Amino acid sequence: MSAPPIVEMKGISISFPGVKALDRVDFRLFPGEVHALMGENGAGKSTLIKALTGVYTIDEGEVRIDGTPRRLGGTADAQAAGVSTVYQEVNLCTNISIGENVMLGHETRGPLGINWRDTHRRASEVLEKVGLGELDPRLPLSTLSIALQQLVAISRATVTDSTVLILDEPTSSLDANEVENLFTVIRSLRDEGVAILFVSHFLDQVYAISDRMTVLRNGTFQGEFMTADIDQATLIATMVGKEMKALDSLERASSRREVDRSGAPVYRAEGLGRKGSLEPTDITLHAGEVLGIAGLLGSGRTELARLVYGADKPEEGTVRLEDAEAQIASPSQALAARIAYASENRRDEGIIRDLSVRENLILAVQAKRGWARPIPAQEKNALVEKYMNALNVRPADPDRPISNLSGGNQQKVLLGRWLATRPDVLILDEPTRGIDIGAKTEIMEEVIALADEGVAVVFISSELDEVVRLSDRVMVLKDRRKLTELLAGDSLTSDTIIATIAEESAPEDPGSLEPAGTGASS
Amino acid sequence: MSTDATSRTSMLRTLLHRPYFWGLIAIALLLAVNSLKDPSYLAIGYNANTGSLVGNVIDILRAAAPIAMISVGMCLVIATAGIDLSVGSLMAVAGAVSMELLASAGGSAGAALAALGLALLLGAVLGAVNAVLISVVGLQPFISTLVMMLAGRGLAKVITGGQNTAASNETFRWIANGYVLGLPVVFLLAVLIVIAVGLLVRRSALGLMIEAIGMDPRAARLAGVNRRGLLFAVYIASGALAAVAGIFASASVMTVDVSNTGYQLEMDAILAVVIGGTSLAGGKFNITGAAIGALLIATLDKTVVFLGISSSATPAFKAIVIIALCLLQSQRVRDLFRARRAKTAPVTSDAPKEAVAA
Repeated sequence: MSAPPIVEMKGISISFPGVKALDRVDFRLFPGEVHALMGENGAGKSTLIKALTGVYTIDEGEVRIDGTPRRLGGTADAQAAGVSTVYQEVNLCTNISIGENVMLGHETRGPLGINWRDTHRRASEVLEKVGLGELDPRLPLSTLSIALQQLVAISRATVTDSTVLILDEPTSSLDANEVENLFTVIRSLRDEGVAILFVSHFLDQVYAISDRMTVLRNGTFQGEFMTADIDQATLIATMVGKEMKALDSLERASSRREVDRSGAPVYRAEGLGRKGSLEPTDITLHAGEVLGIAGLLGSGRTELARLVYGADKPEEGTVRLEDAEAQIASPSQALAARIAYASENRRDEGIIRDLSVRENLILAVQAKRGWARPIPAQEKNALVEKYMNALNVRPADPDRPISNLSGGNQQKVLLGRWLATRPDVLILDEPTRGIDIGAKTEIMEEVIALADEGVAVVFISSELDEVVRLSDRVMVLKDRRKLTELLAGDSLTSDTIIATIAEESAPEDPGSLEPAGTGASS
Repeated sequence: MSTDATSRTSMLRTLLHRPYFWGLIAIALLLAVNSLKDPSYLAIGYNANTGSLVGNVIDILRAAAPIAMISVGMCLVIATAGIDLSVGSLMAVAGAVSMELLASAGGSAGAALAALGLALLLGAVLGAVNAVLISVVGLQPFISTLVMMLAGRGLAKVITGGQNTAASNETFRWIANGYVLGLPVVFLLAVLIVIAVGLLVRRSALGLMIEAIGMDPRAARLAGVNRRGLLFAVYIASGALAAVAGIFASASVMTVDVSNTGYQLEMDAILAVVIGGTSLAGGKFNITGAAIGALLIATLDKTVVFLGISSSATPAFKAIVIIALCLLQSQRVRDLFRARRAKTAPVTSDAPKEAVAA
């Protein structure tokens, strides 16, 4: 506290047409601390970050960096002031070498143009700082995993001797081991006196890494807290402005429900498989049941979902719907058979950015009806209104481009898209990834409600807690094959699932047993 | 009165924000330039013998008809993030097959209908070949249709045996040279076809689905949209419309020039689509805009001739007009203008905005 803040933002307001994104928000960042910026989607976190990085110009208020007032007219201004940012989606060029990525724009220049030898040597030095010293900077970036690319992006940010480093959702695609590596790097940067602004949806991670936090809600400042002084319940209450009773009521919702598995299954596949993607696997889905699929990244959980939906064409296996044999080789066939699949990749395989919320919502229904039978305007409006209300999509303007919505609300629109097709089988692949706790709860409530209505739901999540909480039955996958199926009950916890996976584990790789973002152990 | 006035200004404003607004302005400007050179340029006379209106404007409308046909087809193809370079050659194929048929089958109305049908069918089939290469084989649209562009020109020459076949058939000739209500039949047909295609894509869900696969093919596929079927539809439509354009072009002189009919018209079609505000990246498309773009290209062609610009300088003149138009349409240039206006007169620039909102 003794040192003056390196960044001080006072009374920041930013308005967009029709929305006040930030309303007189205060924010301070001290050197040598990790400061978490907390809030639901749409609370104004991204807007505040973009104000600090010069992407948005502020309407009101003052930004001081290192004591001097600054007008940040663009990202270049922010970089000159020592503010570097690493975004959620890694912004690097995969086609050039690691070293070139790190040093892009800061290459060593000699009389004959760029001195690549020295540039790569300096790149190695910078990479050393994030624990990647042994990497060959001449290799193309595409040879690295996403986690390592993230570290490369951070090392790139340190080239410019930044005093402020902003990390926006850096852990959303990392597993537990990789998160720990990242945290080691963050801590060492912090100890060198860098001020780090950290944004994450994973509360456990925020508690593990941050020293101080600022909470925003609906564009307003809710308070600044020392992490040690605020417990999770209070923090969540501050973020959402309501007690999180809903999440508790979901607690083991499955254990109170009876699933009738005696009738013919809605969907049953035997030996469903595809070379290089999934070994032949049996899967049975019953009406009114939530089947959870647990497994680490790359275990085959997404592959299985895609085969069921026909997003990838199965190479072997037989499929029966109710009691009739069926062929599902494409998404349109699956939709006709009342199977719907919400992809884990919301950005590339879910929303269509340039279409409006309304068009995104009705797209699957329309595709099912065929082009020649457009949905009558009245029916269309009723459909859109119904699902936007039921799922509480905000802002409630169906004509807005969907790219203007926050991640959680985009996810709700997509859920509406699939619900509108009235599916018998609904596969949700990571529906809660990267969205705030409020939207998460709403989506999980919807899953329970759907199962109660008789839909067979497949719920895939890397957060085992959620899987355990929602599922009536859990299928455990590992290394692209099915290990076992576990029925819900008191004995089913995220720990038992982890143990099941661990028993099968290759001994040299014990660290990867912990799935990303598991909240169970804490 | 006042509400009438505000509704009129707001209509003007929506027109101003239409992507093809600048295309309309450009047409008006070109006509104004021509009128400066010859004050009677816009005059329209009446020829009692043929029952037709005559004048430069009528000539422009007639010339715009074939360009509008290929532009509308191109617009649909471009909306799927593709391109169809073969339309000019398909025009020649359609002209060749109809002229050959008429030359041997004589001057009956039945022969004319058969020629029409055969040309349309061949255009659609060659469009389907494009679609197979693109959606089944998975070749890039640019390459597939480039191949078809070369093959089509060759096919036209094979059909006529390398000759520029001429034929005489009054019914067929009427398509391009006849008049109804004083207006050229070819223009009226073009208007009808543009309206029919526009209604078809906007009243059905075809437009939405074409846009969806153009914007994001992966997401659209997972939403159950049948990309392959849609690609077949747009490339077949483009081929058939190119055949219509070929019929228009050859019927006006009752001769097919296998080397020159439709030569480089694919470029005109692409320009018309872009002028009409459809992005080459695919997605949102505008049929009306493409038709207005075609009208502008025709006006431009006639202006070049009228002003006596030497034929070697014609492409450069065309390029200048089109570049100016694209600059006016570009968001960045518009923002630049807006920023300057806002700086000089911040009050006036805000006032009308509020009026519209109210």
